[in-house]
Amino acid sequence: MGILSENKRAALLSVLFLLGVCLIWEFSIPAPKAAGELTEYELLTGGGQPKAGVPPPSQVIGKAWEQLSNPFYDAGPNDKGIGIQIGYSIYRVLTGYALAAVIAIPLGFLIGMSSVAYKALNPFIQVLRPISPLAWMPLALFVIQDSEASAIFVIFICSIWPMLINTAFGVAGVREDWVNVARTHELGALKTAFTVILPAAAPTIVTGMRISIGIAWLVIVAAEMLVGGTGIGYYVWNEWNNLDLTSVIFSILMIGIVGMLLDSLFGLLQRAVAYSE
Amino acid sequence: MGSSFLSIEKLSQRYPDGKGGEFTVFEDASFGIEKGEFVCILGHSGCGKSTIMNILAGLAEPSSGVVKMDGFAVSGPSLDRGVVFQNYSLLPWLSALKNVTFGVAARFPDWDKAKVIEHSTAFLAKVGLKGDTIHRKPSQLSGGMRQRVSIARAFANEPKLLLLDEPFGALDALTRGTIQDELIKVWSDTDQTVFMITHDIDEAILLADRILLMTNGPMARVAESVEITIPRPRNRAEIVEHPNYYAIRNHLVQFLSRGSTEVVASSEGANSPTTVRIDVESDAQAEAEPPAPRLLAVEG
Ligand SMILES: Nc1ncnc2c1ncn2[C@@H]1O[C@H](COP(=O)(O)OP(=O)(O)O)[C@@H](O)[C@H]1O
Ligand SMILES: [Mg+2]
Repeated sequence: MGILSENKRAALLSVLFLLGVCLIWEFSIPAPKAAGELTEYELLTGGGQPKAGVPPPSQVIGKAWEQLSNPFYDAGPNDKGIGIQIGYSIYRVLTGYALAAVIAIPLGFLIGMSSVAYKALNPFIQVLRPISPLAWMPLALFVIQDSEASAIFVIFICSIWPMLINTAFGVAGVREDWVNVARTHELGALKTAFTVILPAAAPTIVTGMRISIGIAWLVIVAAEMLVGGTGIGYYVWNEWNNLDLTSVIFSILMIGIVGMLLDSLFGLLQRAVAYSE
Repeated sequence: MGSSFLSIEKLSQRYPDGKGGEFTVFEDASFGIEKGEFVCILGHSGCGKSTIMNILAGLAEPSSGVVKMDGFAVSGPSLDRGVVFQNYSLLPWLSALKNVTFGVAARFPDWDKAKVIEHSTAFLAKVGLKGDTIHRKPSQLSGGMRQRVSIARAFANEPKLLLLDEPFGALDALTRGTIQDELIKVWSDTDQTVFMITHDIDEAILLADRILLMTNGPMARVAESVEITIPRPRNRAEIVEHPNYYAIRNHLVQFLSRGSTEVVASSEGANSPTTVRIDVESDAQAEAEPPAPRLLAVEG
């Protein structure tokens, strides 16, 4: 093992772990019972149907292969490819998220620069922040009267707080020395904001953005389960109603993978703006 | 004093003492600096040196008094007064070169990019930073290199007055020596007016034309102005052999160890520092006598 680097050893271990879990999973699932052996209860709960039990990983992999080889098919409102469903979810997340960023970052700048603004807005932030984003849903549906826009609103409201708070925190924490450098070079307010404060606070701001995108992705699944129609959240719920557990497990995995990709995108951004003193 | 290039008139600074009252850091400090002069200010920690410098830089407002440069009262920071802060005030997300071009582009807004880079590179070279090094971020540079970049940034802007706040305070003795030499080199090329804070007596003697001595705070005063009667160019190894060196050094050490009370009492009411000129060399018996400080001239 001495020849392999630490990363390679870790990767090998990951693969072994995955294989181990899949094997245990595969063999711990009892073979479907013959119809004659089923109790009445099992019959009633659907235990007798081939798809009702927890499917083995081989079946999930088969499903994944089938879905991913044609991700964008569209066969009516209840039968769309996984790619289309994820596309809807990502579109909602990015729209709500972008709206939140456009408001949170400038507002956070203001709050971070002025202690009066901070004190004035802090009570509102403290009350609004702990509200579960889904609690807004009924109000949003009633006021906006549109399920699509309501889902986007819920994403907006849940992604705004980490960005707002981190921006304010980052801006307020910019070292006075750096601001003094801007002052002794007679930089105007806007120039100071863009060339000194923004790069200085960027790591903190991007951390907030990364937290926000994580929350937004968590929330979109739940929101789509409520509003229905399209999206990965709706897809999971729909497959559950169809008792297609293989699809449910597959889409759970997809939710994880897309979430990971979104997060690593912001990880890259974080690395790009990082600096060490 | 009113005719000096830079004149500090009756400057006082008071801060709330946290118990509802006020404490006075220094009061009625008055002194002048001539064009092209290199002036060091020496004093114990906490006597208000940084406070004075921040006021000169326009970063802080005095409780009372005025600072005039070229006859005009100073208010707010300006590109005419460059500052090198004690702690590295380089922007850590910019390379060494970009930290300098940042300043140069602000100072000379109508220069094109190539000229800004050329000018900045030249000043970095003057403090011994060349090649690949100038493209590194401050975090990838040693403490000495970072402070060189700060110095290059300040000199490249060619301010009318350059303010340095203990620029070598955080450096080891060897690095400090090298950068002091570089500072002298850049300074003698440019005839820049420099006001520098230090608490290192030898550094002050090596660099300064004149040393201002501050008494301890609170109620600190700028009590003496000691002329450094050692000809330039000076060299760290050779100045110690100059007959005036130990005379001046002893005078400074005595002032600083004597504490403030005595000095305050003896010069009550005077605003400007007493000018002290120590020159044993011009004395024919210098070699027979121990190098006792001799006051040749005293002005109010
Ligand atoms: N903003 C401030 N508020 C209250 N006291 C201050 C402030 N800035 C400096 N002081 C006090 O003023 C005195 C002089 O500080 P400073 O100028 O930093 O001293 P030095 O640079 O000579 O070591 C110190 O006693 C310090 O505590
Ligand atoms: Mg200080």
